Amino acid sequence: MKKGFSIAAFMFLTLFANAKGEIDDVMKANGKIYVVIAVMLTILAGLILYLVRLDRKISKLEKNK
Amino acid sequence: MHKSWWKILGVLLLVYTFVVGLLIEVPHNEQLAETIRNLFFHVCMWFGMMILFIISFIQAIKYLRTGKHVHDIASRQYAGVGILFGLLGYMTGAIWMSYTWLDSNKSFYESFDSIAREPKLIGAAIALLVYAAYLVLRDSITDMDKKARISSVYNIFAFAMLFPSIWIIPRLLPSLHPGGSEGNPALNFKDASMNMRLVFYPAIAGWTLIGVWIATLKIRLKILNDQKLMQ
Repeated sequence: MKKGFSIAAFMFLTLFANAKGEIDDVMKANGKIYVVIAVMLTILAGLILYLVRLDRKISKLEKNK
Repeated sequence: MHKSWWKILGVLLLVYTFVVGLLIEVPHNEQLAETIRNLFFHVCMWFGMMILFIISFIQAIKYLRTGKHVHDIASRQYAGVGILFGLLGYMTGAIWMSYTWLDSNKSFYESFDSIAREPKLIGAAIALLVYAAYLVLRDSITDMDKKARISSVYNIFAFAMLFPSIWIIPRLLPSLHPGGSEGNPALNFKDASMNMRLVFYPAIAGWTLIGVWIATLKIRLKILNDQKLMQ
């Protein structure tokens, strides 16, 4: 699981590096509101990921019974 | 993950809320300005709390009718997540009011004096304290069956207390908080613009679904824990 996380993080970073120019244009438009959206979505994604993993763990425990 | 379609729906609704909620055109109000978008977050916390408390209430009745402990566990966990949502509603409300209600011509304490008298804040505090007492009551009884029965009965009382403390008295009294004498604060069609409602209703559904998800996780964990203790 930890390995999966670091791979995902790496892919995320390289994606950003490649598309940096285009993303910068979007991010700086509209009073930089997209930056706020990106931050909020990152937090939401983190929380949801946490819930999903918890859900999986509990499912596994239920199966072992 | 079992039965996951509604979890995915909840997540999608929240993503929609976060993106569209920040980008959509909102009506201009000098005092509120962009903070009007807090409708999609702050108000939804209270809405989610009410829905979770209703589920908790139904589960309490189900326990009293059938005597199955699963319903008691469910009732307790839904109430717990409901309280969490209520506390988040309180905290977000405190931030919001700091920038919209405080009178800059008065000192902070004078300004706060009038805010502390807000019937909506007092009513919500009473409701949350009544539910906090539910948790205390539960933990004070060691006998499993007694605990479940007494706390289920108390849960029905706590739910009944929501009517005067949140739904009736604050709406009869004058208040800075929107949604007073003009009727229901959230569902009144004159209050929110069409654009706002486009995000507001999905936001309520999204936040509530996430709350239900957390509660089901806690219920399943509690059931597993109880089975372990039985062995």
